[in-house]
Amino acid sequence: MRIVGFTNAGLAFLLFLALPALAVAQDNEIEDIRSAIEELRSDYEARISDLERRLAVAEQNSTQAVHAAQQAQSVSSQPAVSGNSAFNPAIGVVFQGFLTGNDGEAQEGEGFAVGETELIMSANVDDKFAAYLTAALAFEDGESELEVEEAWVETTALPAGFSARFGRMFSGIGYLNAKHSHTWDFADQALPYQAFLDGRYVDNGVQLRWLAPTELYMEIGGEIMQGEDDPSGLGASSVFTNVGGDVGASSSWLAGASYLDLDATTSLSMAHFVWKWAPQGNWKERNFVFQTEYLERRASNTETGWYAQAVYQPVQRWRFGARADALDLDGDDPRRYTVMMDWSNSEFSRLRLQFARSESGIGDGNEWGLQYIHSIGAHGAHAF
Amino acid sequence: MRSAKLILLILLLPVSVGAEVRVFACEPEWAALADEIGGDLVASYSATTALQDPHYIQARPSLIAKVRNADLVICSGAQLEIGWLPALLQKANNRKVLPGNDGYMEASSFVMRLDPTANLDRAKGDIHPQGNPHVQTNPHNIALVARALSERLSKIDVINSIVYNENLEQFITKWERAVGRWEDAAEPLRGKRAITHHKSWVYLLRWLGIEEVENLEAIPGLPPTATHLGKLTSEFSEGGADVIIRAPYQHAKPSEWLSERTGIPATILPLTVGGTEAATDLFALFDDIIARLLEAVEDA
Repeated sequence: MRIVGFTNAGLAFLLFLALPALAVAQDNEIEDIRSAIEELRSDYEARISDLERRLAVAEQNSTQAVHAAQQAQSVSSQPAVSGNSAFNPAIGVVFQGFLTGNDGEAQEGEGFAVGETELIMSANVDDKFAAYLTAALAFEDGESELEVEEAWVETTALPAGFSARFGRMFSGIGYLNAKHSHTWDFADQALPYQAFLDGRYVDNGVQLRWLAPTELYMEIGGEIMQGEDDPSGLGASSVFTNVGGDVGASSSWLAGASYLDLDATTSLSMAHFVWKWAPQGNWKERNFVFQTEYLERRASNTETGWYAQAVYQPVQRWRFGARADALDLDGDDPRRYTVMMDWSNSEFSRLRLQFARSESGIGDGNEWGLQYIHSIGAHGAHAF
Repeated sequence: MRSAKLILLILLLPVSVGAEVRVFACEPEWAALADEIGGDLVASYSATTALQDPHYIQARPSLIAKVRNADLVICSGAQLEIGWLPALLQKANNRKVLPGNDGYMEASSFVMRLDPTANLDRAKGDIHPQGNPHVQTNPHNIALVARALSERLSKIDVINSIVYNENLEQFITKWERAVGRWEDAAEPLRGKRAITHHKSWVYLLRWLGIEEVENLEAIPGLPPTATHLGKLTSEFSEGGADVIIRAPYQHAKPSEWLSERTGIPATILPLTVGGTEAATDLFALFDDIIARLLEAVEDA
């Protein structure tokens, strides 16, 4: 116990003696460390400020480089306006085909059929003209045929809202008349067009269109066409007008009237109305279209016809449609009711199933069909 | 001499006041930009709203009438509007706004377009050979287009070119300050990983340093398939992404479905002005984009 006590006391004494020396040593060491730190600090400060300076320079250089690059980019990419690629015309091909069957008495037109294969080419000719060609390749009765559907040149630089088109063209009358078959909502053309125009009115001639400078869409057009069996070659003429607009963000409409003077004894009056709807105008997923047309053909007697159709797309890819066609002919008034369903994998492919029931004085019949429409290459924007 | 010039100017003024430059913008962001640069001198109209997919627009009669009367058509370009704009231009009979003339400009041709491709195969879906057209989601691009637009307006409306230039400088000053603010605020987003519905956001994500790890659409432009979503669910069940992004016009189901199964927050971002209630102009658009991203990432 005492030993311990002594030892403690001795230790304390020794410590007491050694403390100043220790303190001096510690002071020296602290001083050393302090100066070392100071040295390091100034060294690092120098290095950091050097780095900061280099960073600032680099940043400035890079901003300048980015700016220069952007400027170079904006200059170099300025001519890259998307038009028809290079000097080649835009080329597209539309493939169509059918598998059909019916329970009619004639049993005609059953089985597989390759429909018109449309070859479409278009481009600006120069700063004042654009040209367009559609050729239909058809295979009928064991023979291949090439038919020029449309081949026209159109002005692009006329002032005051005018444009002129000349060559062979689908006439601007009606609504369905100028629509190519691949844009139809049903596999076949509406009955009044089939009955009065053999499908559609296509002819060689000149068309002039004028668009009014109004908020409301208002178009007036006229055509002088070759017509049939006319020695002067200016046998047919037409006038047509279209008006249209929006109702809110979701709906839009188009209405029109046309008159076609086919020859000295035959004329045709037409009226159409189209209503399109999509929620908030967002067409991609859900949309609905209603369209109807009325045709009246005056020759030795007067015949009329109409159709009305509705097509609904509940989800992207799938569409369902119904159509009623009617003719009021001399002695007969055939009716046809059609339903269809189609599936489009993309905007370039479509498969369609269609069922139609016809009722007429000759007899009733049912017809079903499966259709495909596929397009490759450039595909022009579709009109309303 | 000076007073004579003044009198001449005063005489000219009423003429120029009445004649607004009519701007037809394919998308709302360019109409908003025309308002910033043109002020009262322009009357802008947007063909589409933020709630419409600009790839799929009908060439409506009302739009043809607008193009007929336009002095300038400004569109994103890079084939975004290829399904409808050519039909409008063909029917509108207005030579001023045809491509190649002063009255036609494509915003995307004044910026560095991302992801151009030479591999043009429709089996790969909606492909834009000239690069991704959704350039407006990077504010630096907006500034570049603003300069081009100011130059174009000055060409069309020479009398007011000084005003356009002044407006541009004011806009750029304000814009650059805002961009700095957005970049500071978006610092926590750097390095985050995003799954997007469609490749609409490449410019935004590149700008903010966010990695785009997947798309809900297996093939661009075609709706997301169950198989692809199933694959994504197993791939991201253990994390691997911080946010799922879609535009207001894109279907909500796929992103909500994936969000429910993986716990990754799904958010709507305004792709353009008017896409959300808050996105009332170009400044508010980016305010809202950054705020929504930050909120989503914090929720994760």
